[in-house]
Amino acid sequence: MTQLIWDGLFVGSFYALIALGYSMVYGIIKLLNFAHGDIYMLGAFIGFALLTSMGGIPASLSLGALLLVLLASMLLTGTAGVIIERLAYRPLRGAPRLAVLITAVGVSFSLEYGVSAVAGPNPRAFPVRLEGGVFDVLGARVSLPQIVLMLIAAGLMIALNSYIQKTSTGRAMRSIALDTNASLLMGINVNAVITRTFFIGSALAGAAGVMAGAYYGKIDFLMGFIIGLKAFTAAVIGGIGNIKGAMLGGLVLGFVEAFGTEWFGGQWRDVFAFAVLILFLTLRPTGILGERVTERM
Amino acid sequence: MSENVDSTQAPRKIGPPLSRISRLFESKQLGWVALGGALLAPFVTATPYSLNVMTTAAIFVLLASGLNIVVGYCGLLDLGYIAFMAVGAYTAGILSKSFDLPLIFTIPAVLVMTILAGLIIGAPTLRLRSDYLAIVTLGFGEITRITANNLTITGGPSGIFGIPGLLTIGRFDVQQPAVLYYVTVLVVALFVLASARLGKSRLGRAWRFVREDEDAAEAMGIHTYKVKLLAYIFGAIWGGCGGVLFAAHLSAVSPQSFIFLQSALVLMAVVLGGMGNMRGVVIGALVISLLPELLRDLAAQRYLAFGLLLVIVMVFRPQGFWPARGYERDRGSDGADEAAVARGESR
Amino acid sequence: MTAILEVKDLQIAFGGVKAVDGLSFSAHEREIIAVIGPNGAGKTSAFNCITGFYKPTSGSVLLNGLDTTGKRPADIAAAGVSRTFQNLRLFPDLTVLDNVRAGMHLYGGQNWADAILHTPRFKRSEAMYTEEAHHWLDFVSFEGARGVPVRNLSYGQQKRVEIARALARKADLLLLDEPAAGLNYSEKQQLLALCRRIRDLGTAIVLIEHDMGLVMELSERIIVMNFGREIAVGTPAEVKANPAVIEAYLGKDDEGVQSNGDA
Repeated sequence: MTQLIWDGLFVGSFYALIALGYSMVYGIIKLLNFAHGDIYMLGAFIGFALLTSMGGIPASLSLGALLLVLLASMLLTGTAGVIIERLAYRPLRGAPRLAVLITAVGVSFSLEYGVSAVAGPNPRAFPVRLEGGVFDVLGARVSLPQIVLMLIAAGLMIALNSYIQKTSTGRAMRSIALDTNASLLMGINVNAVITRTFFIGSALAGAAGVMAGAYYGKIDFLMGFIIGLKAFTAAVIGGIGNIKGAMLGGLVLGFVEAFGTEWFGGQWRDVFAFAVLILFLTLRPTGILGERVTERM
Repeated sequence: MSENVDSTQAPRKIGPPLSRISRLFESKQLGWVALGGALLAPFVTATPYSLNVMTTAAIFVLLASGLNIVVGYCGLLDLGYIAFMAVGAYTAGILSKSFDLPLIFTIPAVLVMTILAGLIIGAPTLRLRSDYLAIVTLGFGEITRITANNLTITGGPSGIFGIPGLLTIGRFDVQQPAVLYYVTVLVVALFVLASARLGKSRLGRAWRFVREDEDAAEAMGIHTYKVKLLAYIFGAIWGGCGGVLFAAHLSAVSPQSFIFLQSALVLMAVVLGGMGNMRGVVIGALVISLLPELLRDLAAQRYLAFGLLLVIVMVFRPQGFWPARGYERDRGSDGADEAAVARGESR
Repeated sequence: MTAILEVKDLQIAFGGVKAVDGLSFSAHEREIIAVIGPNGAGKTSAFNCITGFYKPTSGSVLLNGLDTTGKRPADIAAAGVSRTFQNLRLFPDLTVLDNVRAGMHLYGGQNWADAILHTPRFKRSEAMYTEEAHHWLDFVSFEGARGVPVRNLSYGQQKRVEIARALARKADLLLLDEPAAGLNYSEKQQLLALCRRIRDLGTAIVLIEHDMGLVMELSERIIVMNFGREIAVGTPAEVKANPAVIEAYLGKDDEGVQSNGDA
């Protein structure tokens, strides 16, 4: 039982990191960035490329090197997100929703098959595999890498939260999410804030990608696809557009999956997650923490 | 959710060469020309390989015409369309193999199952706004594939093989590649014609009204939910029949054939061809299914190219290469003037 | 004679704001009623409640005696209401004729099987739709190409198409939301004549309008709204002289300014 809770928490923190980017972008420009999961994949591959080019790490420096690579990956992935926003989404700012969604599908495709064209269609082994001590905590098998990664994830989320709460950009993000036109009139540089939002969201997803690569040891060009859907599910559960909701939703989804696979078996894991998504969208579309937005005609 | 009509925006102008091509494609004869071409193609090349490719392309055209009803006419972004084909293919395959029936006799059951699938997928999702709809349909597509992968009745990861042929009358076996090809082309032609006719009817108009402005459509008495559901159901039936042809063509059905990539490719055919324009969609479908065969070695690159093409088209020409004809004949006119105006040419 | 429309104590609130706060009025056959009031008075919200786009928090709406409160817009439209929108909601990429055909959707006359098989019934039905669409465009004196997308038309022409679409519904009650907005003088005169033609068909018209000249000339009854409820009801002459109305538009008369009320 505690094992399930721990597993749920661990996977959930990944989902939360990625869901954050989804929610932030949705909150600010009302776009479901379908390609977001592929940003996660991109992060993993960038980390892979960096580590490979460093030519292997002595085991004693594993964690330090990984952190450095993590940072570098985050920066590069964030930049990639900014470029994508600039080239594919900004030109379509006023366009009908259908067009923007289709563009996002195109971006997703391009990322997936772009990486496949460069790195090959087969899964690649991540050069750094985290090994570590295993402890028994209240009946759950807890490994050191899991603790480290969760701490990193938690740290990132706390940093993000204080960024949103305390900095002017964070405030700007919240105000744009509430009323873009008024924000423009107040002199907020909406474009700059949107760019920064994409940067942060993508960087977080990239971080999750590198960590996933380091933990699971294997990456492939389609790994972002399902993760993207899961992250969307997490964002919806918590309340789309809501930062704390994304974190909560990620954890909830992690739990739901852990318990679900326990009852139904591992091969139904994804089906279970989607079933939860459909349930929420049908019964409580605003999510657990979401806010109602009434539309005036 | 809808845009205000901006009357100050000048109509988009198209240069002379493109408008000449547009005029060619808008002539009524195009359908017959295309059908003729399809019927004559085996006389150009009839190797098993090329017949295989052409049959697959024809089935792909059928799928694209079905998705065109859902996305093109009604504006519902269905990213899991391949699920309907899977339902049709598996239903047909399982029944025909279990009862040793020619596939053609499974069609009633296929219709029932695909309509059910359309209802099950449509009921919760059609009330959602378009972004959510897209992702949820994608989820359904994945659920279908994973379920097919996990159940014994569907044969698990290996699927079902050794499926009986479409029809055998005495010594006449439809399964011969050339015969199957012709049967497929005729069936597909009928379905494409049917979907084009649906598009130009009261129902087709209702689909378009819902696509353009759902609230205004409601205000005119149109039950938007029912209309959307109908689009889904027709799309499901088209997909299911594509599944039957698919099962006949390959004699085998497996989950690998129903990955998201396939849904995305059908979507690309519809989008690139010109959403809502059946002719453009057919051409788009032919391009997407035949082009890779000519560029076999560049598997990943061709999908990368498609993805980039999708983005580029959306940014620069969102109505696709051959957009839906936005004009009709006025009283006492032959349509040429309206066509010119709709194309943005000055008169 | 039963009122075509009866609104009783209508209320709707958004969050804590009461957009409509106890509105009551009725409209009868061949009546032209104008609803006026300062911006934010709740006029369009009231329209949206009547047509089903908002669900009122309390109160009732009766159409031809039938309680349509809270029903969905499509059902209310079928019960005999048609409307235009404040910000012109046509179907931009569809032709003028198709837009008018939208109003005709409830005529029916064909199903999907007819469409696929091109039955005689289908062909007759399509001919009917086209002919009737032309009829309504003639009725609103629409001039211009009818086979082109509406987005190509001028603003004035688009407004006409929207009215034609609403008329094609053949509803007993027509709600016009700021039909004169953006029109020049001669277009407004034509609108006036058109409304009278519509009234002669037997339809009741309720319009929201800011152009006082038009309102005074056209309407038999005026309902003045402010803060979500009616503050005055009466003939144009009565309303013009009503002190509550003057105060709502111009504020309390300390400065001794007299105006003709062209808001």
